[in-house]
Amino acid sequence: MRRTTYIVVAGVVLLFGLSWVLHAVSMSGEADGIERAFMITMAAFLTLAIYSFLYKDNPFYKFAEHLYVGVSAAYWMCQAFWSTIVGNLFPRLSEGLSSYFQQPYQASGWNITYWIPVILGIMLLMRLTEKYGWMSRWPLAMIVGTTAGLNFVRYLRSDFVVQVSSTFMPLLGEDPHRWQGFGAFISNLDLSATGQLAAIVSNWVIFIGVICGIIYFYFSKEHSGAFGRASRLGIWILMITFGASFGYTVMGRISLLVGRITFLFKDWLQIIS
Amino acid sequence: MRRQIPFGLVFIFGIFMVFQFFVPHEKSEWVYEFLLDWIIVIGIFALALGIWSLFKVSVEKIKQGKEGGNYSYITLVGLYMMMAFGFTQQTGDGWGLYFLWIMLCSACIVSLMRLRASTDSGKKRMWALASGGLLVAAVLVAIFDDAWAFFLYTPEGLENSMFEIFFDHIMMPILATMFSLLAFYIASAAYRAFRARNVLASLLLLAALLVMSRFNPFIPGAEYVANASNWLMNVPNLAAQRAIVIGIGLGIVGTALKIILGIERGYMGRG
Repeated sequence: MRRTTYIVVAGVVLLFGLSWVLHAVSMSGEADGIERAFMITMAAFLTLAIYSFLYKDNPFYKFAEHLYVGVSAAYWMCQAFWSTIVGNLFPRLSEGLSSYFQQPYQASGWNITYWIPVILGIMLLMRLTEKYGWMSRWPLAMIVGTTAGLNFVRYLRSDFVVQVSSTFMPLLGEDPHRWQGFGAFISNLDLSATGQLAAIVSNWVIFIGVICGIIYFYFSKEHSGAFGRASRLGIWILMITFGASFGYTVMGRISLLVGRITFLFKDWLQIIS
Repeated sequence: MRRQIPFGLVFIFGIFMVFQFFVPHEKSEWVYEFLLDWIIVIGIFALALGIWSLFKVSVEKIKQGKEGGNYSYITLVGLYMMMAFGFTQQTGDGWGLYFLWIMLCSACIVSLMRLRASTDSGKKRMWALASGGLLVAAVLVAIFDDAWAFFLYTPEGLENSMFEIFFDHIMMPILATMFSLLAFYIASAAYRAFRARNVLASLLLLAALLVMSRFNPFIPGAEYVANASNWLMNVPNLAAQRAIVIGIGLGIVGTALKIILGIERGYMGRG
């Protein structure tokens, strides 16, 4: 088993080297051709390494997985350092510090308050010590409290009040299809997707669908009788949504797959132009 | 007191954030903006804490010689290389000995980890010598090579082309491939889920087929299929999504209230 692993690894390394050399030769006229050839080969290798998981968990997949963890952690750290700490925090902390970091100082009488999150951030790092670990709870409490308060109002508005108010629509049509009586409705009957009939049906489906969907999730009352029938309709609507979400996700993943296959055949193997 | 003060802070900040919404005064909005800025700054320190945890876990895995622990070298080398690209930059036209420096430092990290993991004194000495030698070589290259330099106080470090190249050719391919991998698993899940055994499964199947054939111009009546699919997404789908969102919203509001009032205390940990 160990010998087979070594042979497979050696084969992959050989193929990698061969691909790099062939790409470098084809890019010999371009600037940084050797480096670019290496990176394209590397991207192809990593793509295939991830796809190798379809067979089973293997060292190539683990290599790509672990590399991603390290590289992405450093990437976000560098971005956060340069954009937030150097770009936004230092220019507010002190004039000397901002001139040292070659950033324009943003003068304000309240800049001193920006030392508070710095102190809280240092307190958060105290988690690394056993003796002063308790100090990290203070900044944590500040973050948790602020976020909880923020979410309380934000979600109450966006996920409850706005959603409920959007559900209560005129069931017999609204502008530009305002209800003007049954006679007018029959004489101007329009069966197209943009007509009054379609608008009325859509509003009814949304109204009943939301009510029945919520009833399905209400477990404090037995789902029997009229309540049970409404709950049954709710699960039908929910199944349609799950099917639509499933189809939508499949389309998204397939488009990503097409993107990776295109990269392999176009940029790496250069089979298609 | 070590636990009571944090709970008090949660209550004060939580209540303030709730009430500031109902007091649209200049001063309250000013404090609100400050608090949001503070959270971002503290978040960066939390990120640093996360990176330290990643480093510590990787080192521990190597030290304990657990199965798959050797892959932690890859994580640490990847971490180091991206950090190095984030704080160095080309000063001339060529890269000089930059890649040699990267390789020397990577090898130095690997040998330092081997040094920590070794229990045998002979091996310890060997890895200590290797680490020292590689470190001296890396420092010498850094001192005498003028083709590149450290940029610790200007964003030029972030403009290192290798930083972008690693993002485009390492991070993005892995991320996109990971997500596209799901297409294969979804195909196998679809086989099980899409069997029209009853009305509910048939509804699921029809809705999924309609949405998947939305952008297919080759099927007969493509325009009608697209219209029906759009209606499905905008009407019944919206209705059920709204029912779910209302439930989620109420759940989040309830949890937030429990946290502010100190009923939910799990986030504070033990001790």
